[in-house]
Amino acid sequence: MPKREALAVGLAAVVLVVVLPLCNALPADTPFAVSNFTINLFGKFLTYAILALGLDLLWGYAGVLSLGHGVFFGLGAYAMGMHLMLEIGAKSVYQSALPDFMVWNQVTALPLFWKPFHSVVFTLAAIVLVPALFGLAFGYLAFRSRIRGVYFSIITQALALSAWLVFNRNEMNLGGTNGLADFKTVFGFPLNRPGTQRGLYAVTALTLVGAYLLCRWITLTRAGKVLVAIRDSETRVLFSGYSPAAYKLFVFVVSAMLAGLAGALYAPQVGIVTPAKIGVLPSIEMVVWVAAGGRGTLYGAVIGAFGVNWIQSWLTTSYPDLWLLFLGGLFMGAVLFFPDGVVGALGRLLARARRVVTRRRERAPLDAPLLSQATRGSIRPPSSDE
Amino acid sequence: MRYRLVVLLSLVAWLAAAAAGHAAPTAPSPEVTQALADLLGEDADRREAAVTVLGQARDPKWLQFLGALRDGDVYARTRAGKTELVVGGTKATRGDQDVIDIVGAYDREPLGTVPLAELKEVPADRRLRLAIKPFVDADETRAQLADPDPAVRRGAAVKLGNQVEIAAVATVEAALQKETDRWVRHALTEALGLIRLAHGGREQRVAAARTLGEIHSASAREALGRLAADPGASPAERGAATQAIRRLERWSLLTTTVETVFQGASLASILLLMALGLAIVFGLMGVINMAHGELMALGAYATFVVQNWFRATWPDRFDLYFGVALPISFLVAAAVGLILERGVIRFLYGRPLETLLLTWGASLIIQQGLRLWFGAANVDVSSPSWLSGGVPVMVGVTLPYNRVFIIGLATVSVAATYWLLFRTSAGLRIRAVTQNRAMSSCLGVRAGVVDATTFAFGAGLAGLAGCALTQIGNVGPSLGQNYIVDSFMVVVTGGVGKLAGTILAAAGLGGLTKGIEPAFGAVFGKVAILVGVILFLQRRPAGLFATRDRNAEA
Repeated sequence: MPKREALAVGLAAVVLVVVLPLCNALPADTPFAVSNFTINLFGKFLTYAILALGLDLLWGYAGVLSLGHGVFFGLGAYAMGMHLMLEIGAKSVYQSALPDFMVWNQVTALPLFWKPFHSVVFTLAAIVLVPALFGLAFGYLAFRSRIRGVYFSIITQALALSAWLVFNRNEMNLGGTNGLADFKTVFGFPLNRPGTQRGLYAVTALTLVGAYLLCRWITLTRAGKVLVAIRDSETRVLFSGYSPAAYKLFVFVVSAMLAGLAGALYAPQVGIVTPAKIGVLPSIEMVVWVAAGGRGTLYGAVIGAFGVNWIQSWLTTSYPDLWLLFLGGLFMGAVLFFPDGVVGALGRLLARARRVVTRRRERAPLDAPLLSQATRGSIRPPSSDE
Repeated sequence: MRYRLVVLLSLVAWLAAAAAGHAAPTAPSPEVTQALADLLGEDADRREAAVTVLGQARDPKWLQFLGALRDGDVYARTRAGKTELVVGGTKATRGDQDVIDIVGAYDREPLGTVPLAELKEVPADRRLRLAIKPFVDADETRAQLADPDPAVRRGAAVKLGNQVEIAAVATVEAALQKETDRWVRHALTEALGLIRLAHGGREQRVAAARTLGEIHSASAREALGRLAADPGASPAERGAATQAIRRLERWSLLTTTVETVFQGASLASILLLMALGLAIVFGLMGVINMAHGELMALGAYATFVVQNWFRATWPDRFDLYFGVALPISFLVAAAVGLILERGVIRFLYGRPLETLLLTWGASLIIQQGLRLWFGAANVDVSSPSWLSGGVPVMVGVTLPYNRVFIIGLATVSVAATYWLLFRTSAGLRIRAVTQNRAMSSCLGVRAGVVDATTFAFGAGLAGLAGCALTQIGNVGPSLGQNYIVDSFMVVVTGGVGKLAGTILAAAGLGGLTKGIEPAFGAVFGKVAILVGVILFLQRRPAGLFATRDRNAEA
């Protein structure tokens, strides 16, 4: 990792993991105090950022655009949510050991696949392994038969639609449209206590830092170089003796695991898991976080997830009619005007400013337009499937 | 010859009716006189018996009187010590008293306008009304059986069959003799069979069971089952019933098959209409147009606007609106498609994933625009009268006109697209650019113009699909989202560059969906289709008809 990035990541990690929870622990009327609401909101954004990291690894580096990551996010969230549901026990509305919606749906015994979720260890494993195994199976079938480019995106979108339909069904015993909600405790800590929320936030922030380091490490290894090569020309990689399918499958599974992890952290912080997080629209929204932030950079994905969701939570409360228009505009703008996202645009701006400064200093005339054109060309990420 | 006979017969009938009409008032039978007197009385049993007497007289005029009695329009008038029944008409207020026009009970001759206070209403309680109902209904059914519209006649016949009343036999037989329409005849035969099965003697029942089996009467299934299991029935009856049931079961298997095939064809046509434009654009430019669904929604809303315009401007020509809406929805969607292509998409050629995101953004904007403009709720598009109803093709199968229309529209669209691509010079250019963009450009084909027109044509097809969808589904801002993934699956399965692939994939997916839906249910059927498509792509990664070339990227 370059020194400057290491420094920035370290600084961000300190702020997110240490400073913000400390500020939240301050009494509400002191300066620098961060409200519980803000901590909760940030915690949600950070889970999105974890997912965006995986998506950026997949799309920005390997050039594989998945429009179905909501499914993996949902699998993690549901795995966690099922454990939380069972933790409620008989404290539920119907005073039954079964989750409320099962009483409601006249299910008398706990379905078999729910039983292992009593165990914390199993749940923690399932959060990562269920999305991973599902991603492995799906990715194996897709990459083995060389489904790529737009075809792959369409197939993953159909996957999101199917999963959404299935999770909406009551007979799946997953709560139907209403999903899982009304959680009381997480691993024994009551969720309505600010300290628990703070702790969850801190865990999320730590996970994000860990995920970032993992993704960065992957991109710096040999395998990371192969991934970029696959994005730029899959055929050449194939002819050089590598198996693109294996690399793509690997990175697909990693990103599915990160999405599952994000979903699991999302469930207790937001307090509800519904199929609405799985469908076609939420899945493609995740892509725009990465696109708006700047793909192929990792930190761009984090910034994008944070920024877009911040704007969303502001717009949907203040101007609900405008949100979809904004989102649509963001899609179009990100593709047309900022192909390298916010970080790319800022980088260009910085580079230009620096150039102006150096030019003044050297007082040597340069062929400015030509240079700027050349720079722009090199920054634009090469297309994935020409 | 036959015509003359009909004329002669109707002449005779008319004369007889006229004679009967004249004969009745001169000498009302003693039963009728007694019945009228009973009606004025208080005894509920006698009043009910009186209604039966009047009803069984089978005189249209007495039936009319009974109808008036049921509606509370019959009054008693006492004049010169004699009480008679009259039927009241229009009420009015003259000066300080209410007056009413009255007519004679039987012959309806005007008796002038009298103060309401002079009359006493003859009450019709619930029991009396129930006694009147069958007679009035039977009269109504008889009138319907003579209606010029076959659909009305058929409805009346089906009703008679459901009522299973022995009294109706004569009516049905008479109607059957005159009837020429195949489907009305079928309904009448069925009604006759049902009545005979319920009320006839042993021989009649055997014959009726046989007939009902022969005409594949599904509504006789229950009665036949009862007869087959009836220990009191003769072996001949039971045998005939069992045989008829077997026939019915075989027939129902056939009708279900036909219906499934038709539904599959209908779904396939919808998929084809949607996927056609998508596939052409994808084949030409490698662009997956995520806004395709919203272009369909635009077509549907254009239809809605045209409909409202017709309703406001030419309410009497309302049925024509759909004919106007078809081209208009094509043009609206094509115009928006053209703007989209020239405005943004052309900057992104060769970058399919970016285009995919871009068009998705455009789709969100169009969708939200529609929501802001027309409201979030579904809008109401009514079918023109020539698209409502259906055509009966065989006993038990009626094909709805709107579905038939969509199959026709899909066929015409495919034919038009083929003609455009393979019989016109514009099509030649489109095919050239599809095959080799760079070489075509070198040879003087203006690729940009080809792209723009093709995209507009594809968008127009989407608009056309949207217009057709208004006839079978809800029209709302999210119309496009409901169908878009399905049409993508068709394109992916069909492969790029060959229309035949799209057609085959649409037929296959449509048929398969309807075929497995009974077993899997709609949701899991869809999931099964997705799994099927993924597995299919294992064998053919580039779809059914991949264009073969030496490019390793293909």
